[in-house]
Amino acid sequence: MQNPVPYIIRNNTFWVSPERSLFWEEENTLIIADMHLGKSGHFRKEGIAVPQSIYKADLQRLMSQLYLFKVDRLVIAGDLSHSTANKELDLFLKWRKDFSLLQIDLIKGNHDILDDSWYKEANINISTNKLTAGDFIFIHDLKQQEKLTEEEKKLYSFSGHMHPGILLKGQGRQSLRFPCFYFAKEFCILPAFSRFTGTFTVKPEKGETVFALVENAIIQLP
Amino acid sequence: MKLEETKGFTIINNWMAAKERHPFLFQLQAWQQLINKQSGLINAPTGCGKTYSIFLGAIIDFINQHPDNYQTAANNGLQLLWITPLRALARDIGRAMEEVITELGMKWKMGIRNGDTSVQDRAKQKRQMPEILIITPESLHLLLAQKGNSEIFRLLKIIAVDEWHELLGSKRGVQVELAIARIVNSQMTGTNTIPSVWGISATIGNLEEAKEVLLSSLTRGHGVNGEIIKANIQKKIAVESIIPDEIEKYPWAGHLGIKLADKLIPVIQNSKTTLIFINTRGMSETWYQKMLDVYPEIAGSIALHHGSIDRELRSWIEDNLHTGNLKAVVCTASLDLGVDFRPVETVVQVGSPKGVARFLQRAGRSGHSPDAVSKIYFLPTHSLELLEAAAIKSAMAENLIESRPPMMLCYDVLLQYLNTIAIADGFSPDETYREIISTFCYQHLTKEEWAQLLHFITEGGDAMHQYDDFKKVEIVDGIYRINSRKIAMRHRMHIGTIVSTSMMKVKFLSGGYIGVIEEYFISRLAPGDVFTLAGRNLEFIMIKDMTALVKKTNSKKSIIPSWEGGRMPLSANLGKKLREALDESTVIQEGSAIELKVLQPLFELQEKISHVPKQNELLIEQIETKDGFHLFVYPFEGRLVHEAMAAILAYRISRIAPITFSFAMNDYGFELLSDQPIPVDDTNVYELFSPEDLLNDIQRSVNSTEMAKRKFRDIAVIGGLIFQGMPGEKKKARHLQSSASLLFNVFSEYDKNNLLLRQAYQEVLDQQMEEVRLRDMLERVQRSAIILTFPERLTPFCFPIKVDSMREDLSSEKLEVRVRKMQKQLED
Repeated sequence: MQNPVPYIIRNNTFWVSPERSLFWEEENTLIIADMHLGKSGHFRKEGIAVPQSIYKADLQRLMSQLYLFKVDRLVIAGDLSHSTANKELDLFLKWRKDFSLLQIDLIKGNHDILDDSWYKEANINISTNKLTAGDFIFIHDLKQQEKLTEEEKKLYSFSGHMHPGILLKGQGRQSLRFPCFYFAKEFCILPAFSRFTGTFTVKPEKGETVFALVENAIIQLP
Repeated sequence: MKLEETKGFTIINNWMAAKERHPFLFQLQAWQQLINKQSGLINAPTGCGKTYSIFLGAIIDFINQHPDNYQTAANNGLQLLWITPLRALARDIGRAMEEVITELGMKWKMGIRNGDTSVQDRAKQKRQMPEILIITPESLHLLLAQKGNSEIFRLLKIIAVDEWHELLGSKRGVQVELAIARIVNSQMTGTNTIPSVWGISATIGNLEEAKEVLLSSLTRGHGVNGEIIKANIQKKIAVESIIPDEIEKYPWAGHLGIKLADKLIPVIQNSKTTLIFINTRGMSETWYQKMLDVYPEIAGSIALHHGSIDRELRSWIEDNLHTGNLKAVVCTASLDLGVDFRPVETVVQVGSPKGVARFLQRAGRSGHSPDAVSKIYFLPTHSLELLEAAAIKSAMAENLIESRPPMMLCYDVLLQYLNTIAIADGFSPDETYREIISTFCYQHLTKEEWAQLLHFITEGGDAMHQYDDFKKVEIVDGIYRINSRKIAMRHRMHIGTIVSTSMMKVKFLSGGYIGVIEEYFISRLAPGDVFTLAGRNLEFIMIKDMTALVKKTNSKKSIIPSWEGGRMPLSANLGKKLREALDESTVIQEGSAIELKVLQPLFELQEKISHVPKQNELLIEQIETKDGFHLFVYPFEGRLVHEAMAAILAYRISRIAPITFSFAMNDYGFELLSDQPIPVDDTNVYELFSPEDLLNDIQRSVNSTEMAKRKFRDIAVIGGLIFQGMPGEKKKARHLQSSASLLFNVFSEYDKNNLLLRQAYQEVLDQQMEEVRLRDMLERVQRSAIILTFPERLTPFCFPIKVDSMREDLSSEKLEVRVRKMQKQLED
């Protein structure tokens, strides 16, 4: 596994991890998006046998990131869970108890449709649309930026929802698609943390930076 | 019991005699076998009474069993199950059967069951099954999903499988195998009898195997071997090539054909009705336009028929073919099968038919009166294709027809089937295992694989039990069953093995349906773009409610959609014949085929600057142009084998020295292109074509993961991993959406041993790479002489490959200019 790569935004250092998370050094915070907890369980409940080990692996990856950076706080930019409640979520609750000192903030996304009681039990602070922290703001969908106040619009935003991916073209007519972090001047879109997700291809413009996640490595483009 | 002494035979014979018709020998043989309760395979071409050979046999047998009341006996339960691959065939066959029943004054009923059958008709059939049921493999499986379905088949006498050669070699054929095993066993359990099973097949290379596959569960379970009854009706086929006025010494694909369109005018004029077969839907649109251009008088009596055209319009065309109202129809494989159109006197094949069987099938669509000659014209799309005409003629003379290898161990179809019988009455694993391994497809299914399949449908593979909600097939008292009505309903919606790419309807803004088109094609269009569908130029306006809205336009410039798939490779038989034809081309005699004679200037040029390979030679040309260093190889084995071989060869060369290549290929050969000299010479060439270590080199060189990913799409849908949604349930299903490539990645990473994943890789080896054929080719090369030449300029053989590879990133107009220039330079 490659070591995380630092990226400076407004004098703050964000470490880009190949495990699809972002470590905010100054605030000792881990940022992720689109965890889609219980997605494999939702499929399985409907009789579609997706291997459940993908869910276990997602949780283990999150745990290892928390240990690696020894953070105080986890910010989730939406879509923590995938659908209605199922047994897979119980595993998360059990897991949560082992990290009881960790502060978790969730900015609700379109998939976060569980009852409020569940978030309470999981000891997760919910923000409906946005969460600000210093020069930064967390939202789920970049489109929500329009609804922000003039002051908030000046902040640098982090969002998820899109599951950005980048198409790398090789010789001949080969091309491969990888999930990526997408850093524009005023916003960053995080890759989906869950590996049971597809990607939406982004086309970065000049002056923007993309970190492609190629297996265990991070490739900065351009 | 001797057939001729039975009452049933007398009645049928008299009925035929009254129409001045007499049974053919093969029909008599089939009837005798049928009243003896035997099984087998009938080998007969379409249009010579193959339907009667089974159907009238069933009637004769019934009369013999009910000599006194055969006319009054009604509601006798299902007697004859008629499986057909084509929905369109059902109507006509059913009508023919009903006519006979009426004329004999019998009370039998005929029912059709397929995707078009109305709910009312289904309900009626459920209350009282007709004596004859005409059904598709998919609908048969739906029937097997009904509770208490064994009751339907309790009295069944005959299972007939029409067009078995079409089903064999496809997953639909596997469905038929499974259904036969099920019906045979359930009847055995219920009444201790078994039905007769009969296949009807056109001539294919592996007829004996075709019979073995069909009767497998009878043979393995009940010692029935069955026999093949051959109609021995040799249809006379006359093949004539349309020879261009001038042979281009530098041929290039897809270009010449259109120029010959005017030569079809007399062909059409001299014949009652002509079918013009084109290999791709895209080209058929072009040809339809072109025919109207060169022969405007035909407007109104020419039509275009292909798979993307509205079904109603297609039926209209078919009806008008029957009545002889159409002078010509431009069509694709969409008219390969089906009932005969009597007015069709002539068939035109444009471009390579890719195989002997296919060519014969198409030829057979013309000339239906008993002694009529089937007349087929071959119109080459580039001059080298004339060589194929010569090859086909000689293959026909030797009756060298391709085989249809049956599919083996299709886990996806089996998973689907297990769910099907689990929603009916459930199954007990041991008994079902015995039943399944009695089929040809699953004869080698191991106990371990069986356990894995059961594990998959009951537990959903390996799971964390306390945190899992997987529930599909449940085990109650040893019986495996699906109890959830929701899952059962969803499964019924997904029964079938034909996975279509997502299609979008095309409608006029003002209303009126035109046809369907691949979604990905529409997604690339911008409003205002003009494209061609169903022979009309249409301007794209917008997409609304999953429908592409268009309006008519007079714009001349339009994009012809390219439909995915449909690029069949040259068959092995035809490849062999092509190599033989080349042999002959060097010693032209009086009696040589006309095609070889007219190609002489081309061969002379080829010989002058390079070499014309004999059948025991492999030609390799190395040419340097301003594009770089080219290596052309001509195995004549079809594009799939060439694609794999090019990758393997590139890999093997790169082991000698670091070098990168780009590839191009057609059905005759392939090209490696590099910016540096390619180190292939007499010292290493045999080694480079060695069959040794082939499998490993395939894995190292070909991107089999990407290929498997593409194969996995169909497998995942058939195996029930991809949920396509139900009508009216769109919103709720949103959280269940996933793509095949995502699932492929998930399984590759977290469940490597998954059977469906393994199947994807196996299908790549068998179908995509044609591994067996690749190996055969390499072994042949080892026994041949490899001829290396170093021509100073492009040769007639390599030209079509070179031009094909330029096509990919250039628009056709620019290409035309470039190719013209190249041709001119080379011929000067």
